[in-house]
Amino acid sequence: MNAFMRIKAAPYLLIGLVGATIYFFFPAQLPLASRIATLAIFVMSLDLVVGYGGLATLGHSALFGTGAYTAGLLALHSTPNPLLGLLVGGASGATVAALSGLFVLRYQGLTFLMLTIAVGQIIQNIASKFRAWTGGDDGLSGFTTAKILGLATFDLQGRVAFLYCTGVLLICLWMMRRLMGSAFGLACIGIHQNRLRMAALGTEIQPKLLTLYGFSGWFAGIAGALSAQVNQIVGLDTLGFELSAEALVMLVLGGAGSLFGAIAGTALFTTIHHVASNVDPYHWLFVIGAMLVCGVLIPRERWGALMRARP
Amino acid sequence: MNLSVLQSGFFGPPGALVPDPVLEIRRLGKSFGGLQVTRDISLTLNAGERLGLIGPNGAGKTTLINLITGVLMPDSGTVYLNAVNVNGLSQPQRVKRGLARTFQITQLAPTITTLLHVEMAIHERNGSIGNLWRSVDAYPEVRVEAMSILEMLRIESLAQRPPITLAYGEQRLVEIALAIALRPRVLLLDEPMAGVPERERHIVLNALERLPPELAILMIEHDMDLIFNFAHRIIVLAEGALLADGSPKEIRNHPAVRIAYLGLASNPDEPMTTATLDRR
Repeated sequence: MNAFMRIKAAPYLLIGLVGATIYFFFPAQLPLASRIATLAIFVMSLDLVVGYGGLATLGHSALFGTGAYTAGLLALHSTPNPLLGLLVGGASGATVAALSGLFVLRYQGLTFLMLTIAVGQIIQNIASKFRAWTGGDDGLSGFTTAKILGLATFDLQGRVAFLYCTGVLLICLWMMRRLMGSAFGLACIGIHQNRLRMAALGTEIQPKLLTLYGFSGWFAGIAGALSAQVNQIVGLDTLGFELSAEALVMLVLGGAGSLFGAIAGTALFTTIHHVASNVDPYHWLFVIGAMLVCGVLIPRERWGALMRARP
Repeated sequence: MNLSVLQSGFFGPPGALVPDPVLEIRRLGKSFGGLQVTRDISLTLNAGERLGLIGPNGAGKTTLINLITGVLMPDSGTVYLNAVNVNGLSQPQRVKRGLARTFQITQLAPTITTLLHVEMAIHERNGSIGNLWRSVDAYPEVRVEAMSILEMLRIESLAQRPPITLAYGEQRLVEIALAIALRPRVLLLDEPMAGVPERERHIVLNALERLPPELAILMIEHDMDLIFNFAHRIIVLAEGALLADGSPKEIRNHPAVRIAYLGLASNPDEPMTTATLDRR
């Protein structure tokens, strides 16, 4: 397995393989899989900030929701072109990240965390007040998405949507891997681990973090736009605190600082969420809670021992 | 500039008569609240010079380093790098102008390998640190240079190991490797022997001997054997002010230094006063 993962294209092949399995053998789960793919892009974008940059944020949905609303508005008022929607959604996420980052990135730790929550609340409130544009509590709807690449429109089984989401996920994963594998990515990890050292190497810390935050906003915006296009509705919850918190849980579950961890964590959390809420729609949160408590209470070494004990 | 050269009575290493100092500080002062930690300090450092900085705990040595590197801004006085006033420049900007440092307590990214640390420093120097797309593995010339620096310090075997797996003395060498990779003109070594166990001392000593000869070095150290062997010239700080400035021999015999710092009685048979220092 390890040898396989060392092949450059391995992660993409693995995702393609899992995708193909779902596509051909579990067609009923395609909407769930599309949701996982969309959220995985979002959680990976969160990973850039939390896992690589070392800045814990609880306001990341502001960037996701901005992308979603922008893509929705674009489709409603201008063009239903999906790729353009993704680009504009990403650009809007990056813009919000850059503008808020100018201010919030001056702080670290709890202060940064609080400020990101504040930014999220402000943007959610703006969206809620401008009913004429955003639809307020009713959400933004009534827009359509044109044929993907001029080939196919979304079908009821969600096949096209699934292929579209998986394709965007693969491209985003590839871009983020390039970004974090570059000298810039290395410097971001350095800043996370030791700012004193990086300053002594001559690194300008704030501009680096702002760039990272901007890229994170770009990918979060793309994820938001994708979710808007596939669901054809954008609600205020896309800007909500809950989404930010859940994304953070998914990231921690899969392992912050690894893009594959982000994808795995998203898949795990969303699947358990789905299954548990089917079994017991009222108490499913207990299952998630119990799982997290187990994950935290059982020390890493014990997990390792459990894994090794199996032949 | 000339004034401080005269004060120090130093005219550079052989072959470099009245050189332009690569680092010069003039009448630097810094207070924290009511506590004055740096009082009117002036000194010069020339290319190739090894300058030692000693003084008891609380004398203001690390504050002086922080003022020179730009971590702190002085209340008064000026820092010149290559004859340019750098008072308004941040620490990264000063690094770009050729000022590198190591830390008293090693400061490394715990999980980044030694080789990547050095490559990061080279990327920073080249400006390729801002590249967002090209993989760090796609710079063969940077990798070759990084390995050559590690080989120079005889730590090429540590290339693939991250700092958390390294002995303290080895971490110190990684810091020195990073400083070399920046190709500085001035290197500030903040207690390179601090925390290095006895059995690892020779590793650091060997590395210090291999530093480029043209590099100007200011070393803070409590290890008197090391600093009296290493430095061409030594300055002594006490309570934030310059107490003495001279060759290792002069400092060893300086009565005020002997009392204040070296813990020796001043030798009444061989009085050393400021006047005798000036005559040299």
